[in-house]
Amino acid sequence: MKIIVCVKQVPDAKDVRLDPKTNTLAREGVQSIMNPYDQHALEEAVRLKDELGAEVTVLTMGPPQAEDVLRQSIACGADHGVLVSDRAFAGADTWATSYTLAQAIDFLGGADLVLCGKQAIDGDTAQVGPGLAMRLDMPFITCIQKVREADASGLVAERMMDDGYDVVAVDYPVLLTVVKDLNTPRVPSLKGKMRAKKAQFQVLSAADIGADPSLIGLAGSPTQVVRVFPPKPRGERTVLTGDMDEQVSELARRLNAYLQ
Amino acid sequence: MDYFLSEEQEMIVETAREITDERIIPARAELDEKHEFPRAILNEMAQADLFAVPIPEEYGGFGGGCIDNVLALEQLGRGCVGVGTAFAASALGIYPILIAGSDEMKSKYLPDVASGAKFAAFGLTEANAGSDASGIRTTAVPDGDEWVINGTKQWITNGGEAQIYTIVAITDRSRGARGASMFVVEEGDAGFTCGPKEKKMGIRASSTTELIFKDCRIPKDRLIGRLGTGFITVMKTLDSSRPGIAALGLGLAQGALDEAASYAKQRVQFGKPIISFQAVQHLLADMAIQLEAARALVYGAARHIDAHPKDMTKVSSMCKVFATDVAMKVAVDAVQVMGGYGFMSEYPVEKMMRDAKILQIYEGTNQIQRNVIGQELNKEYSRS
Ligand SMILES: Cc1cc2nc3c(=O)[nH]c(=O)nc-3n(C[C@H](O)[C@H](O)[C@H](O)COP(=O)(O)OP(=O)(O)OC[C@H]3O[C@@H](n4cnc5c(N)ncnc54)[C@H](O)[C@@H]3O)c2cc1C
Ligand SMILES: Cc1cc2nc3c(=O)[nH]c(=O)nc-3n(C[C@H](O)[C@H](O)[C@H](O)COP(=O)(O)OP(=O)(O)OC[C@H]3O[C@@H](n4cnc5c(N)ncnc54)[C@H](O)[C@@H]3O)c2cc1C
Repeated sequence: MKIIVCVKQVPDAKDVRLDPKTNTLAREGVQSIMNPYDQHALEEAVRLKDELGAEVTVLTMGPPQAEDVLRQSIACGADHGVLVSDRAFAGADTWATSYTLAQAIDFLGGADLVLCGKQAIDGDTAQVGPGLAMRLDMPFITCIQKVREADASGLVAERMMDDGYDVVAVDYPVLLTVVKDLNTPRVPSLKGKMRAKKAQFQVLSAADIGADPSLIGLAGSPTQVVRVFPPKPRGERTVLTGDMDEQVSELARRLNAYLQ
Repeated sequence: MDYFLSEEQEMIVETAREITDERIIPARAELDEKHEFPRAILNEMAQADLFAVPIPEEYGGFGGGCIDNVLALEQLGRGCVGVGTAFAASALGIYPILIAGSDEMKSKYLPDVASGAKFAAFGLTEANAGSDASGIRTTAVPDGDEWVINGTKQWITNGGEAQIYTIVAITDRSRGARGASMFVVEEGDAGFTCGPKEKKMGIRASSTTELIFKDCRIPKDRLIGRLGTGFITVMKTLDSSRPGIAALGLGLAQGALDEAASYAKQRVQFGKPIISFQAVQHLLADMAIQLEAARALVYGAARHIDAHPKDMTKVSSMCKVFATDVAMKVAVDAVQVMGGYGFMSEYPVEKMMRDAKILQIYEGTNQIQRNVIGQELNKEYSRS
């Protein structure tokens, strides 16, 4: 069984600033970390590997220093790391990113299970996972909070919903995007760190993965950032308590007071 | 201070630090309050290969030396000496096998301890044999292909939680110091049970119980090393493990200093942060001086032991005494710096002060360590 985990290197949220001119994230001089959701995706992959004997490959698109997240992944139990890196990928939006990752996964011979974070903490769109699944022509389930059971042919998972969760059974191949409730990522082991220190990573260029130049990087990115602004703070919120009758009369009283 | 750690040693520190900060510190108050054995945390430490540190590579270990073990334990001690003791006692339990066991015995037990699949414990002390180990009454008598063990061990760390117990029993009382031997007893062996958990002043996350042997039968090949070498193996075991107790003391002292210094910066009295009062500064300065001196001694001793394994007794005792006395003093002073807040369970130094005390008692009291150092000096100076 082959599992591919897509991980993204993101600026550490503890250390985020906006470039006042461009209104985009100032990335220079900011510590980079593995996108937190992706750490949970990787942990689940390694648990499935321990349970079912899978081969776990971690895939990232990014500049050469994105190798750091691959190294960290090896320390946490991944078998291989692949870096998709080329100047031609620069400026990719989620459309171009999902195309690029799909090309890379095809190049690597596909996978039974692809795991992504729900969203990246810098872009926050939550588009890459579903976009990637569409391009791979794979079913996908988003916001997985628990993998209940898994075997060599498929799995049963819980999808987080606003008011509970769905239980979904699927056969491979499938792509999952995951939330943090899924598991607690392990502390990287000493032997893992030793392996990571020596690990060599496959680096794939645009040509390697046969990418169409018009679909990658800035050229392949239709997204335009019109304006970036902090959201207005929400007003004060009150949760009414008591039994239903009390809550309804309290609500009516407040609405009345507001209307007057 | 820079102690010029190797890249691998930095890795050990980083791993133990992560476990300490992310897993132990958030859980320690509750573990202490509930006297709860930290199984989940120990499993994570196992997963991170920390149990593998002192075990040779051929048995699935990391092949680390005394210094590597010290570095890991220092971090754990900073978080919780109770958790650190549970961890350290597992290493203590397998030292007899490492030191005197056959290759066969090592292959049988060490890989499971390295992976953390099994915990170990070390059983020497009895009700009437504490500092004076020669007073033990537990006996092992051969019977056909088996040994039959009778007696009760007291205050054994990891009792009831470990799967592998290395214990000392008298095999021939007439032979005195050569009359004891060490054995491996496994959880589930017929005639072997553990008593209830003791209630303790500190290190409440660790389990301390009796080991009770009533006609306990174990196979012949559970004898560790040669017959009659029990006390020699015990002494070598404790020589190897004491720097680990010293390291728990370093960690505890560091934790207490961290708490006290950051509190002193925040706490305002007479219109100023209390750290601006010279009397408080001097307390903190003395804590820092003693801690750093202790660290230099412990690291130095550990490196000496790794380089000169035949000459470890004196330095091992010296670093244990000094670092654990420092831990006790620093913990008491940390409470003083924090005043009434330091006395409250809500703040971690209250627990640190309770935990520090055991470090001066177990694995040989600090009085006994001084005796040992004195005897070594006596030998050294009669040679020259
Ligand atoms: C409105 C908007 C406009 C943008 N415009 C630009 C731009 O003009 N130029 C520019 O450089 N960037 C731009 N970005 C950033 C870029 O689109 C995203 O960083 C990138 O496509 C990933 O999307 P995301 O961060 O939203 O990830 P999400 O879709 O939130 O990520 C979900 C998951 O997809 C996977 N994933 C995402 N990215 C990668 C990756 N690189 N490698 C491997 N796996 C990955 C991870 O598993 C991740 O958890 C823009 C982002 C936004 C929100
Ligand atoms: C929490 C805990 C965990 C323990 N874990 C283990 C374990 O895992 N395995 C194990 O085998 N044991 C264990 N022990 C036992 C521990 O090693 C003994 O308690 C210790 O060696 C001291 O023995 P004692 O308590 O009988 O004190 P005693 O020997 O009765 O000593 C009492 C006092 O007399 C002093 N004293 C005794 N003899 C001399 C002397 N000759 N010169 C000067 N002073 C002297 C001592 O320093 C001490 O102050 C543990 C004990 C505790 C409390």
